[in-house]
Amino acid sequence: MKVSRRDLLAGAAGVVALSRTVVPQAPEAPADSSKVRGKPSRALGQRAPAEKPLRQPRGATSSGTPHQDLYGTITPSDLHFERHHGGVPEIDPKTYSLLIHGMVDRPMVFSLADLKRFPAVSRVHFLECSGNFGGRGVATDLTPQQIAGLTSTSEWTGVPLAALFREVGASPKATWFLAEGQDAAVLTRSVPVSKAYDDALIAYGQNGEAIRPEQGYPARLFLPGWEGNASVKWLRRIELSDRPFMTREETSKYTDPMADGTARIFSFLMDARSLITYPAYPVTLTRGWVEINGIAWTGSGKIQRVDVSTDGGATWTPATLQDPVLPKAHTRFRHLWHWTGGDAVIMSRAVDETGYVQPTRDALIASRGVSTVGYHTNPITGWQVRADGAVTFRPEPWT
Amino acid sequence: MKWTLRLITLGALIAMPVAARAQGTKAPPPATPAKPPATFGIGRPATTAEIAALDIDVGPDGVGLPPGRGTSADGAPIYAARCASCHGKTGKEGPNDVLVGRLPGDAFPFAKDPRAPKTIGSYWPYATTVFDYIRRAMPPDRPGSLRDDEVYGLVAYLLTLNELIAPDAVVDAASLPKVKMPAHDRFVPDTRGQPKPARPPR
Repeated sequence: MKVSRRDLLAGAAGVVALSRTVVPQAPEAPADSSKVRGKPSRALGQRAPAEKPLRQPRGATSSGTPHQDLYGTITPSDLHFERHHGGVPEIDPKTYSLLIHGMVDRPMVFSLADLKRFPAVSRVHFLECSGNFGGRGVATDLTPQQIAGLTSTSEWTGVPLAALFREVGASPKATWFLAEGQDAAVLTRSVPVSKAYDDALIAYGQNGEAIRPEQGYPARLFLPGWEGNASVKWLRRIELSDRPFMTREETSKYTDPMADGTARIFSFLMDARSLITYPAYPVTLTRGWVEINGIAWTGSGKIQRVDVSTDGGATWTPATLQDPVLPKAHTRFRHLWHWTGGDAVIMSRAVDETGYVQPTRDALIASRGVSTVGYHTNPITGWQVRADGAVTFRPEPWT
Repeated sequence: MKWTLRLITLGALIAMPVAARAQGTKAPPPATPAKPPATFGIGRPATTAEIAALDIDVGPDGVGLPPGRGTSADGAPIYAARCASCHGKTGKEGPNDVLVGRLPGDAFPFAKDPRAPKTIGSYWPYATTVFDYIRRAMPPDRPGSLRDDEVYGLVAYLLTLNELIAPDAVVDAASLPKVKMPAHDRFVPDTRGQPKPARPPR
């Protein structure tokens, strides 16, 4: 493999490309760009050649967002996490349609063009897989992407589901609806009708363009603040009913065994969580001022506060929240730290507007056990900083 | 373009907004935005045939179960041919989801024991879900390719292996919703979060 000057510089700067696929070498940048005429305009923009953020696939059914490579709160659409149960389907937008039937006055079919004719709304929201926790074992060489890559934030554009329910004349007696996808899993979830009248969308836009195939092209259900699995992608059908449908995803999967011998069902809400994304593995710190920063989010509304500790949780200081703090969206927090070179454990703790405080691992185990799948696992997460500047994940094994 | 002309153009551009402001034209009072109608008249009625073609869900009460029937004997060869490569020879071996197995006393240790397999017999609360899921999504190499009788047979076979029905029991639309699942009473509603109105706002 040819080693370019840029790779050497990147290596010298301590930037490590971890287990990433080899990207073709970009042409060398000129020594002085002001002495060479630049590139002409082009139809489709591209990232700067030196920037190579990548999702990290886990098997064939999911891939996580590289939080350690991102700034701010919006996830670039091509880096939005993906999770699917029957692969990513290819759907012709010209033949796509959404059927709404069941307890309605007028069963109806909507084409994609029909959906786009309705008055639209755009809202910034996170979407998180409820299985978004990768720090269960003893490994320390884990990145923010591996710990919590299955959450991302986009601006979503679409039709409020309430408008479609009015269009079909939804029965006031309907309490649940089934959402069904057009993928090979024909994935189904039951959703309370109240969510439709709260803030559910049928989304076709993501960050200003059409939704990406992995996110449900051409149209998906979007349930702000709720576990990603219920926001059924590639949506083809909605059936209103007066009882839930008890599909496989909401019974044998996506339920939470509790320490008291029960299992929580229809546990839609994603509780508050935060994660420091810098400094984090594999960064090597230099002594001096460090802006600790990361993301916090909650399905219950707005993040009210994020506390940061640089002494392993002995003391906590409120971080600065980057405006605007939006409901059910990633919020960037920042905390200035003067690191003088000693060992330290840095961690963050989110508090949301309902007063909910992000729990410790021990508190989660006390109420939920060490359950094998681990949906809705949102523990306070720490990073170990060593005297030589190396930063690693601080594991708290779950078994 | 000559420099003088450029300067004139630039001057005009700068002067224009100033001139407009100097005129002090008063905007007419704003019109009231249109109120959204009860319905927009967008979309088209669904035909009965369209609904029937897509309406494949089976509820916990058995609503949606199609005509047809199957027994464990019917399902065994289908399982061996279409399912065993992923779920194991007897449904216990994997590599994918373990489907078969009861726990002593039908215990429910899943929060405490990460190794306890969540099988149809130990964890699934409704037998109807087994039919719904196999018919819509299995097998992954040809999803949705099984005939209804084949699905009934597979459901009978899996329920028999889990010792939930008699080996010679017929599974059909009448019998399947009646199968008592050991985990049925273990599931409790989530109580986190704020209660939301169940009805559309008036």
